[in-house]
Amino acid sequence: MADRAPAPDTPELRERWGSFAWTAEIAALAKEIVARYPEGRQRSAVMPLLDLAQRQVGAETDTQGWLPLPVIEYVADYLDMPAIRVLEVASFYFMYNLVPVGKFHVQVCGTTPCMLRGSDALFETCKARGMRKGHVSEDGLWTLTEVECMGNCATAPMVQINDDNFEDLTPERLDTVLDALAKGQNPKAGTQEPGRHTSEPSGGPTTLTDMVEENHDYRDEWA
Amino acid sequence: MAMKAARKRVKTMPKVTVDGQEIEVPDGATVLQACELAGKEIPRFCYHERLSIAGNCRMCLVEVKPGPPKPQASCALPATDGQEIRTDSEMVKTAREGVMEFLLINHPLDCPICDQGGECDLQDQSVAYGRGGSRYDENKRAVTEKYMGPLIKTVMTRCIHCTRCVRFSEEIAGVDEIGAIGRGEDMQITTYLEQAAEHELSANVIDLCPVGALTSRPYAFEARPWELKKTHSIDVSDAVGANIRLDSRGREVMRALPRNNDDVNEEWLSDKGRYMVDGLGKRRLDRVFIRKGGKLQPADWDSAFKAIAKSRPQGSIAAIAGDLVDCETMFAASTLVKALGSDLLEGRQTGMDYAADNLAAVAFNSTFAGIETADAILIVGSHVRWEAPLVNVRLRKAAKRGAKIFVVGPFWDTTYPAHFIGDDVSVLDNLPDEVADVFEGAERPAIIMGGAALAQGALGAGLAFAAQFKLTRDGWNGFNVLHFSAARMGGLMLGYAQKGGIADIAAAAPKVVLALGADEVDWSQFGGSLKVYIGHHGDKGAHAADIILPAASFAEKDGTYVNTEGRVQFAEKAVFAPGDAREDWTILRALADALKVSVGFDSFAELQSAMIAAVPALGEEGLADYGTLPKADGNATVDGAISAYPIKDFYLTNAIARASEVMQRCSAELLHGGEFAEAAE
Repeated sequence: MADRAPAPDTPELRERWGSFAWTAEIAALAKEIVARYPEGRQRSAVMPLLDLAQRQVGAETDTQGWLPLPVIEYVADYLDMPAIRVLEVASFYFMYNLVPVGKFHVQVCGTTPCMLRGSDALFETCKARGMRKGHVSEDGLWTLTEVECMGNCATAPMVQINDDNFEDLTPERLDTVLDALAKGQNPKAGTQEPGRHTSEPSGGPTTLTDMVEENHDYRDEWA
Repeated sequence: MAMKAARKRVKTMPKVTVDGQEIEVPDGATVLQACELAGKEIPRFCYHERLSIAGNCRMCLVEVKPGPPKPQASCALPATDGQEIRTDSEMVKTAREGVMEFLLINHPLDCPICDQGGECDLQDQSVAYGRGGSRYDENKRAVTEKYMGPLIKTVMTRCIHCTRCVRFSEEIAGVDEIGAIGRGEDMQITTYLEQAAEHELSANVIDLCPVGALTSRPYAFEARPWELKKTHSIDVSDAVGANIRLDSRGREVMRALPRNNDDVNEEWLSDKGRYMVDGLGKRRLDRVFIRKGGKLQPADWDSAFKAIAKSRPQGSIAAIAGDLVDCETMFAASTLVKALGSDLLEGRQTGMDYAADNLAAVAFNSTFAGIETADAILIVGSHVRWEAPLVNVRLRKAAKRGAKIFVVGPFWDTTYPAHFIGDDVSVLDNLPDEVADVFEGAERPAIIMGGAALAQGALGAGLAFAAQFKLTRDGWNGFNVLHFSAARMGGLMLGYAQKGGIADIAAAAPKVVLALGADEVDWSQFGGSLKVYIGHHGDKGAHAADIILPAASFAEKDGTYVNTEGRVQFAEKAVFAPGDAREDWTILRALADALKVSVGFDSFAELQSAMIAAVPALGEEGLADYGTLPKADGNATVDGAISAYPIKDFYLTNAIARASEVMQRCSAELLHGGEFAEAAE
């Protein structure tokens, strides 16, 4: 898990982010999100707004984005709520980055199913490419984080990179994905196993096999 | 709405069985409250009667049937008809042991060096409900210290995440500044960026903290609770009259803690009332002084009394009461003044001269508990947060219930939604339509007149407002004056009010002025008088005095105080006054001898009964009956802008607070933004 302490409140941080404000496009989006909640309940919009803020910071810095304290305060001001309440939310969910990250936030799942299916090798692969857990690589492209279960156990091992999941990985497949990303391409998200579509059983169905071709009434066989 | 009310009426009180004992509990009660009604003790950490229910400590687990076959958190479970609750079963016992064991996993075993030791909920409950020993031998979690200001000392490793402090600052104080960041084992309680907690009730989280995570910084490592003598007293830092307990060791008051009184302070206390007590040991007047050649020289009692007698005060003596004095002192002084053939008594030191012939017109009639139920409140010239922080808590409750609150006067941060409708008090005669509409339609309208409004002469206009909007109606009196001197209502009851205020006394140019701890008076207007200061601190009054007679502070004498509601309360003596200082009434008694007059009392009991004979209301604890409001003068008008509130610095409003290092630091750090280096441990 990433270090959950917010980036230190320094004069440099204030100078860089003190003037943060929504871009016109995001401002419209933020307004729309806030309008989804009843009058006086604007605070409910804190999570989507933090996400918007993180994405805007990401766009400005060409990274996945993160939440500097002045930005957290901006969101607090925008929703007219105390900054501590926003910080509570931002520090609770690890999808909000509290420290700067690289262009691609490589979140490798290390929980049991992924570990059994070879996530250790994925960490090795990342390490070989110069990534270190919790650090931004020298070229600014990568940040490696070990995360807990992301709910893709059927297609383990998996890696989440920014908004996409890459599943059924082997070191080679991961290398291919990362190479493509580094080149600025858009590798296909989801399972990387040829022939597999999503999380259906690997190697074809094992149950309800009669249903594959056409509809089949099993009720007679239940006896 | 009507249906809802009807349904509520037919609802009966649920009947539950607690450990085989059948009881009826009020509708809406929780299982925990039902158990308490049955006389069962339920251990708890996060649950607190005055805060919202969090249900996160799990210490209050009980067995409830019908329900899932597992222990349930009783604080968050409503009591329903036919429940069978067990607090003594094996399941409950093991559940409590289990919860306690988990709580102690990350709690350090540093009780011997912890200030909470001896009054710690975790300590007590682990003895009562925990296992005998620990099975945990991994490393414990450690949490960095968090700075929370000059009053709150934190040892966050001890925190068990009950979130009482978070809920207090959000719900009661209305200043969202404490929060829980991170989650799971990494959850940490902190203020935003570790800024100091900046409100007037911040130290109440120390009482709320069930462990030693938040302790009192000024009291750190000073004493153990079992060494302290506990005395019931009354807070004199404002006119709320918060019920406090003074904990003393030897001759020193170590700390002040709030006592429960739902009518007055609930169980809170302002930071000033709590922490000014260290001023009781500083800048004290502990010997007699006489001014000779422009300089105050140490002297003895005899020569001081002789000097007073020499100036022939007969028929020309005045008494001016300060903000902290008790009724007995004021009565003793007034008896002496009257015995000498004078009637110059005044307590409104800053020159206010509102009419005091009808005390209902200058009291907080709706009572503090009552103001919570008001639905429209007009605050005129009162910075309630500074003048009476505990009343502001009540106003916040009223606002939460939907009361509309309007303020006349310069802006201050109310902690609840309020409309500021200008600084000019003339608005009382001519309310904006939208405000007038609210008061027309209100069922329980109220007005609160503060010191700034009284100084502006707005009392008559306030009474006219009360008449116009029928603030007094069946079972409701919404006319309130909020004083901020502990001695004010007592003084007014004892006649410490001249028609023209203190200016009348200055005009009479008495030969002798007795200043009973009066520190706020402009003494330059008494140039020709012999100023005898009877008080306890070397403050402004003592600086101006010709003779200083050292007296006792509120902690060093028994006394009666009347709060701004007109609530008569007794305070007890906690410690002895230092040095030569004497209880005020004995000084006045001895002075009577020196001046060869009789005041008719030789003991405190005699003084008290004489006082009660003169003003019977002072003999009964509780609300004094001031009768009905005077008839309003329909033509009363007022104008003028309130430019500022009388309290310039919340932490330094009286002689004791000004002498207190803690209050000085609070003032410098919290109000004036000074930086203080942390003392190295």
